[in-house]
Amino acid sequence: MKNLIKSLRITLAFCVLFAVCYVLILWIFAQFAGPGKGNAETVTLNGKVVGAANVGQLFTSDIYFWGRPSCAGDGYDASSSGASNKGPTEQPYLDEVKARIDSFLVHHPYLKRQEVPAEMVTASGSGLDPHITPASAYVQVKRVAQARGMNEADVKKLVDEAIEKPLLGLFGTERINVLKLNVALEQASQSMKK
Amino acid sequence: MNTEVLGVIAQVVLMVVLSYPLGKYIAKVYKGTKVWSDFMRPVERLIYKVSGINPDEEMNWKQFLRALLVVNLFWFIWGMVLLVCQGVLPLNPDGNIGQTCHQAFNTCISFMVNCNLQHYSGESGLTYFTQLFVIMLFQFITAATGMAAMAGIMKALSEKTTKTIGNFWRYLVLSCTRILLPLSLIVGFILITQGTPMGFDGKMELTTMEGATQMVSQGPAAAIVPIKQLGTNGGGYFGINSSHPLENPTYLSNIAECVSILLIPMAMAFAFGFYIKRKKLGYSIFGVMLFAYLVGVCINVSQEMGGNPRIDAMGIAQENGAMEGKEIRLGSAATALWSVTTTVTSNGSVNGMHDSTMPLSGMIEMLNMQINTWFGGVGVGWMNYFTFLIMAVFISGLMVGRTPEFLCHKVEAREMKIASIVALLHPFIILVGTALAAYLYVHAPEFVASEGGWLNNSGFHGLGEMLYEYTSAAANNGSGFEGLGDNTWFWNYSTGLVLIFGRFIPIVGQVAIAGLLAQKKYIPESAGTLKTDTVTFGVMTFAVIFIVAALSFFPVQALSTLAEHFSL
Repeated sequence: MKNLIKSLRITLAFCVLFAVCYVLILWIFAQFAGPGKGNAETVTLNGKVVGAANVGQLFTSDIYFWGRPSCAGDGYDASSSGASNKGPTEQPYLDEVKARIDSFLVHHPYLKRQEVPAEMVTASGSGLDPHITPASAYVQVKRVAQARGMNEADVKKLVDEAIEKPLLGLFGTERINVLKLNVALEQASQSMKK
Repeated sequence: MNTEVLGVIAQVVLMVVLSYPLGKYIAKVYKGTKVWSDFMRPVERLIYKVSGINPDEEMNWKQFLRALLVVNLFWFIWGMVLLVCQGVLPLNPDGNIGQTCHQAFNTCISFMVNCNLQHYSGESGLTYFTQLFVIMLFQFITAATGMAAMAGIMKALSEKTTKTIGNFWRYLVLSCTRILLPLSLIVGFILITQGTPMGFDGKMELTTMEGATQMVSQGPAAAIVPIKQLGTNGGGYFGINSSHPLENPTYLSNIAECVSILLIPMAMAFAFGFYIKRKKLGYSIFGVMLFAYLVGVCINVSQEMGGNPRIDAMGIAQENGAMEGKEIRLGSAATALWSVTTTVTSNGSVNGMHDSTMPLSGMIEMLNMQINTWFGGVGVGWMNYFTFLIMAVFISGLMVGRTPEFLCHKVEAREMKIASIVALLHPFIILVGTALAAYLYVHAPEFVASEGGWLNNSGFHGLGEMLYEYTSAAANNGSGFEGLGDNTWFWNYSTGLVLIFGRFIPIVGQVAIAGLLAQKKYIPESAGTLKTDTVTFGVMTFAVIFIVAALSFFPVQALSTLAEHFSL
């Protein structure tokens, strides 16, 4: 019984230490050092917020670069992250991947089958993956350029500029943030029209 | 050289380099010698005063365990009440409702035992209040419980003959204020600069470029993620854990989080050597653990970077490895490293989906948890190794015809009985649980259907999903083959029980062994003493662990992961 009372009192003390003091220190730090002041960092286009920088969103139109397949809700539902959780030999899953390859080829008729990047037909872990590999962006350049009536070389240049290098050039992967690339694309095509 | 592989090497090196000084520091903290963090002393004195604790009171091993068990019982009640009532408590901007009884039972136990098996999804199953006052609080204090138990064992083993093993409350508080709190703050600062949210606004409503509405869950994630990693807890803030781009936004945040998983477990192995002033023994234990860990890392990294042969067969370009269930910014190599790191410890956080990893990677993930001694959970992982040390001492003592002794105390029948029970309990609860589930799945299809059918994959992989769930529960790991539909009556209760057995029976047994050993007569070392800090003895311990722990699981592994691998 003595231990039980001590337990209650020490738990309350820990509540103050962790759930209040520790949280408060981090919250104050985030107000100054966090890119979104404690909230998710946002991306703007013409002064209007069009998305969260680190959260992928659904692109289906031919005038945009596309992200990876998503199993979060109905696709890129950022209030319900999720993955397929399919094992590597599961037949229905493999059939789905095949269907994705076919549909990717329909939208990119100029591609050969062996040029389709696997990451464009497999779902990400979170369903909110904001990135694609540079290779996955390059295969989409021709489609986007045609849909926008832009010069292919100009679009390719935007992709070149959007590549994020590995950490210190040494560690990790090369990647492209799809949303930021599409914002850059939109800006380029607007300035062209002017 | 491939930058993904370089990233993996960098992370492993960073873990080892950082854990050495940390181990030294931890030994000093528990001993009570002077350290730089002594400025926390007034805070600790205040906590003792508020709680009515005398930190200088020495406890024997029974009193020590009683305090440990009672405080855990209290936390169970605390968690149950708050989880069921969370809908009407404050800090609930998204309007989430209270958990059902069986779900709260499972959630509460799994966080109380430092496991963090999650049968709910963070975005909708909890409120900001329960995230902080149950989940995060438990992540600190249950990690501290394991560390306190290990501190007691170290105290017992470091003395010649003693009845007392220190004060549980003091160790508990010191683990929190001197180790977990400062480290969590550092990791938290890093995560915030990388873009992990730390606020109390509700979901952010956005209009996407294509004009759709997107609701982005956020909240005080940067407070919970550091302790989730450091305390080998693993319960993610978001449903999909550290593969979520807000929970783990960049490669740098990934390094910070992945290194955090192994930092304290590695440091604990060093700390033991420093504490009992037998550095060589500490290094030899560390060496055996590191060897086993690196074998797993090599297998998983090569498996995942190699990609899925079934996808290769479709004739497309699979150049970045098996990317199903993985994120581009992390890559297949870093995800493979994490999958081994999180399973050798009892962490259980993931940055990619284990259900979608290659069969052999799945085997390593499960095997790590089934052995459960390579670094392991903070404190408790080392204690599991200690169980096998006792067995190895006993077996090798008999082999060379010497009385089995460990650290100058005789190992006798009573200690061996306890060690054997603890070592056999683990395969027992895993295999019985899996067998029961598999039996029901075949013979009671109506019951399984009424629970939503459970499995997301068929055949060998389906058995793997059930095996993984019990393995993860028994090892207090908390990761899962998440395809399993496990938020049901059967899974919540059955894994809840496995969780309790898997946590408390080993802790009680191990503290008892140390307490019993410490009471015995001190026998000074002589030429006839079996040396426990040699390479030979390290190999011997490895063999004992492999034979007792790993081979018990060979038949069931053959039926699930190995069978799937050979069918690729």
